[in-house]
Amino acid sequence: MDKTSLNNLTRGILRENPTLVMLLGMCPTLGVTTSALNGLGMGLATLFVLMMSNMAISLVKNVIPSQVRIPCYIVIIASFVTVVDLLMAAYLPALHGALGIYIPLIVVNCIILGRAEAFAAKNNTWQSLLDAVGMGIGFTWALALLGSIREVLGSGSLFGWNFLAEGADTMLLFIMPPGAFLALAGLIITVNQLRKAK
Amino acid sequence: MLDRHPDLKTFLKMTAALLVVAVASAYILAEVYRYTKEPIKAANNRRELDAIAEVVNDFDNDPFAEKMTIYTPDKKSKLQLYPARKDGIVNSFAIKTYTNSGFGGRIDLIVGFYIDGAIKGYKVISHQETPGLGSKITEPKFQSQFNGFDVSKHKFKVRQDGGDIDAVTAATISSRAVIDAIQRAVDAYKNFNTGK
Amino acid sequence: MAYFMIFITAIFVNNIILSQFLGICPFLGVSKKISTAAGMGMAVMFVITMSTIVTFLIYYTFLQPYQLTFMTTVTFILVIAALVQMVEIILKKTSPALYQALGIFLPLITTNCAVLGIAILTIQKNYTLVAGVCYALASSIGFTLAIILFAGMRERLEFTKLPPALKGTPISLITAGLLSMAFMGFAGVGN
Repeated sequence: MDKTSLNNLTRGILRENPTLVMLLGMCPTLGVTTSALNGLGMGLATLFVLMMSNMAISLVKNVIPSQVRIPCYIVIIASFVTVVDLLMAAYLPALHGALGIYIPLIVVNCIILGRAEAFAAKNNTWQSLLDAVGMGIGFTWALALLGSIREVLGSGSLFGWNFLAEGADTMLLFIMPPGAFLALAGLIITVNQLRKAK
Repeated sequence: MLDRHPDLKTFLKMTAALLVVAVASAYILAEVYRYTKEPIKAANNRRELDAIAEVVNDFDNDPFAEKMTIYTPDKKSKLQLYPARKDGIVNSFAIKTYTNSGFGGRIDLIVGFYIDGAIKGYKVISHQETPGLGSKITEPKFQSQFNGFDVSKHKFKVRQDGGDIDAVTAATISSRAVIDAIQRAVDAYKNFNTGK
Repeated sequence: MAYFMIFITAIFVNNIILSQFLGICPFLGVSKKISTAAGMGMAVMFVITMSTIVTFLIYYTFLQPYQLTFMTTVTFILVIAALVQMVEIILKKTSPALYQALGIFLPLITTNCAVLGIAILTIQKNYTLVAGVCYALASSIGFTLAIILFAGMRERLEFTKLPPALKGTPISLITAGLLSMAFMGFAGVGN
């Protein structure tokens, strides 16, 4: 793989992490991360939509007049979101129930339209796919990590595996709404410090 | 975003592009919808059937095929009753009921009854209660109190309201909601029995 | 009474931002000053209420009767995008003063997930049109209340000495967390 491709692939994972560095897509980040599994599931669903929409948009970018490009992109993204929604309802009903309203809301996740405009509309399909994979993985690990932190502190478990005695007290605050803000603040502080230290 | 006076050619191009994208999207989604329709229905039925199987005695019939619709005395709620049979004899039954007074709104649950009307147990199908607090209504510690509970012999309320059920700590509202849902099932069943 | 409960619940108990996490982007992005926060709040109220009415009508006159519910997400987001555009054009022509006040916020609203979120939730909750409008209006009042309160807190933070690690986003998130904690005090009201 040449240097540009590698750069496009790895950029989103750490350096320009969409969640922790660019602070995009905050609604699902805060809303679904009550457990590690939910965070991971949301991340993967978004990764899929991002890959498909980036590829589709880079394929059709030259045929769509620039005046109507945003509505066209929105329709393309919304279609892939609906595909994910239907497939999850059919084959992963439990996760579908847990993520609920946040699945259709992948449409308005700023990361997806953002990558369409900033990258897929200007680059070829292969590079757009690499970009989507990188950004998607960056989003996924951030959500899975935040979900893990909140689940460990708030429920005393990780990916559903209980490591505390039955009935042990946990910091419930962390799976409730305020805990989402506080845990994300902590995570961003840590990331900022690590970036500075480097 | 739109030009004020786009010339006809640009305008046609714009409309065509939007139209093609929209039609393609509608077509693809219709296909995916057709393909997933049955699995989605099956997944929903599966979840309900699993819940029914958990709250009734051993059965060898298809409770789904024999389901009946029952009504509360005020005719406001319509519930489903699923009889469980072993060797042709009804040995217990499940009622799909709901409440709107949960902390996060609606809770759907399936409650199982012995044939004498005592509660066998219940299973929550969907809820939006606070994780870690209200969500404990789905855990055995709270649920086991309902096992064998006879509404006609005990006070079917939480202890704070002078009843015999211990509410989940810090989630009295969710606990009350479960009782409300089950009470609805009990009322509807009584109504169904007297109306016969 | 039922409508009153919808109001109280949507504004305080299940606040759209602080407990449902819809519309976080503008909440964090446009909340440096109370005046801009209030402007954003007004624009959001306008668009959410309008779009809920329009999407409600479209859903029950076209999508549901013709079994096109799988097109819900696509249709709703297109309608919202078109509506925002239309509101912008109409305001520009009819009320320049209002346009001056709200205009800069309008383009940001299409990607505000609160708008699509409320439109979908109104359908999911099986509301009637009137209840749906109450719900949309109350939710957006909740949005406005939260963003104005938050902007007030951030204005004061401007003059506070902070540890460098907390500057910027972290302190905003912590403030939002505290505000969300305060709103948890309303939990259970109305039950």
